[in-house]
Amino acid sequence: MNRLNQLFNTKKNNLLSIYYTAGYPEINTTLDIAEALEKAGVDFLEVGFPYSDPVADGPTIQHSSEKALESGMTLNLLFEQLADLRKRITIPILLMGYANPMIQYGVERFCKKAAEVGVDGVIVPDLPMYEYETLYAGYFKDNNLSNIFLVTPQTSEERIRKIDKLSNSFIYLLSSSAITGGNLQVSVNIEDYYKRIKAMELNNPAIIGFGISDNKSFSKACEYASGAIVGSAFVKLLGTEGYMEKIPGFIESIRL
Amino acid sequence: MKYGVNEQGYYGDFGGAYIPEMLYPNVEELRQQYLTIINDDAFRAEFDQLLKDYVGRPSPLYLAKRYSEKYGANIFFKREDLNHTGSHKINNAIGQILLAKRLGKKRVIAETGAGQHGVATATVCALMGIECVVYMGEVDMARQAPNVSRMKMLGATVVPATSGSKTLKDATNEAMRDWIGNPVDTHYIIGSVVGPYPYPDMVARFQSVISFETKKQLLEHTGKELPEYVMACVGGGSNAMGMFYHFLDDESVKLVAVEAAGKGVDSGHSAATTFLGREGVLHGSRTILMQTDDGQVIEPYSISAGLDYPGIGPQHAHLYKIQRAQYVSVTDTEALQAGLLCSQLEGIIPAIESAHAFAYLEKMKFKKDDTVVICLSGRGDKDLDTYIKYFGY
Repeated sequence: MNRLNQLFNTKKNNLLSIYYTAGYPEINTTLDIAEALEKAGVDFLEVGFPYSDPVADGPTIQHSSEKALESGMTLNLLFEQLADLRKRITIPILLMGYANPMIQYGVERFCKKAAEVGVDGVIVPDLPMYEYETLYAGYFKDNNLSNIFLVTPQTSEERIRKIDKLSNSFIYLLSSSAITGGNLQVSVNIEDYYKRIKAMELNNPAIIGFGISDNKSFSKACEYASGAIVGSAFVKLLGTEGYMEKIPGFIESIRL
Repeated sequence: MKYGVNEQGYYGDFGGAYIPEMLYPNVEELRQQYLTIINDDAFRAEFDQLLKDYVGRPSPLYLAKRYSEKYGANIFFKREDLNHTGSHKINNAIGQILLAKRLGKKRVIAETGAGQHGVATATVCALMGIECVVYMGEVDMARQAPNVSRMKMLGATVVPATSGSKTLKDATNEAMRDWIGNPVDTHYIIGSVVGPYPYPDMVARFQSVISFETKKQLLEHTGKELPEYVMACVGGGSNAMGMFYHFLDDESVKLVAVEAAGKGVDSGHSAATTFLGREGVLHGSRTILMQTDDGQVIEPYSISAGLDYPGIGPQHAHLYKIQRAQYVSVTDTEALQAGLLCSQLEGIIPAIESAHAFAYLEKMKFKKDDTVVICLSGRGDKDLDTYIKYFGY
């Protein structure tokens, strides 16, 4: 059982996760930010490894990735930075990024290294189910890493059931079919979608992401799922002066 | 077909659909329906009629006598430059707009580099009365200004892509983002044999009219339907795949694909993917692409906006790996000189893309009776500024 499973077993509601891009806004602050977020009461973290062509990201996260790459962030460097991860952080941590950097690193090597430094799971939006199942699932299992699948309002029930079967920690429910940083449109349709997922009584808890930026959207998401993920709104904060000092206040403003 | 796609969308080790879940329903809808739709008799009839009466097909297969004398072989040009809108891109655009209509889509998006695919898409959208949004890199918009005006005149909205190198790769990213945000009513007309399955197969099928016609025309011209060589330029590779398609299983036919070496393969300013790239994932498929050790995509360079793409279609990657086709490259300078030569020997100003294929003739040795077909994928009007600047006319 990895840290993610333990977390979901002990805490069922109002889980807050934060996404940020490794190497942004400064190259060596990856663990400092993680530490600040844990202290501020975040339940788990998603650390992005940057990619030059992030098709699922909006302008904010894309910009942070560009800056991180310009500063020299690589997967090798990220794993070096994460060497002290478990000396400093106790909450679960996921790595999030795109398939190509992971494939170039070597998926087996990536999984081994991630497990070695104490990472609990991986989110790779463009690594689809078929490729995961046929090529890579064994590496994830051997290293006790969770692979997180995304579900959108357009994902069929049959596919959601299959995703649930392949998952062992949580399902990443997209608030809408959109890129990161969009607005959460709380409409009848979206509520119907959340209700539909809730009624499916899946084995894995659902966490809502994309478009969660404040207390209002976080609270709304928590009505239908076990928690939510804030990404672009936090990355925007990292782009401001004195961002480290602002972290506790930002988390407080989300949770209220 | 020996070199065709398998049921999972792979050509050997290449292909697949590496897409975020947000795109899964769109791509799955296409995957499930594209073959049924495009093989339907009514679809075929409408497609063929439009190709004939609107595009002006069959495009001629022209025996280039002065070229034949110069290079010592029977050299034929497949005249895709004579198509309506000036390039082979219209074949695919017609096919996909008919498909989009049958899928009930109300809006079409596209990406474009040189502007030929954008113009073709804007044209078919005007023809069918469908809203059209074209993403184009900011740099390409500047160097292909006449095509931007054409698209606007045809009623399309042209959106500049301002990230990265501000060229085709970035326009593709922006178009994919748009599609992610508009999954229900929008069809994405991808302009090359790239992207997630089924795009590479679908686009190749629409472009295969080029080799289908060529075989028949060669028989009429020469009494045999198989040439010794078939040649085409490759960016993403749609004209090349269309030119190769019906020759793939004819192993005696040597297939030559010419990439853009830019300022030289090792100059750091190149788009010669098979020389500089290795296996990876880009824009939804596993293919060969130019990338750093860390898997970041390298910005390609070519004087031709239609060829500066950092990858090639997955079927090309497969043909390259198994050596069914030969992948070679020529520089900007060689291509521009070839464009001038074609203009002055045959009275045809080719697109700089096509001029890359022509430039490689200089490096080949033919037997006297060899028959060579070379795809003249587009006309050079859009590239006049570049030619003028280089030659000082």
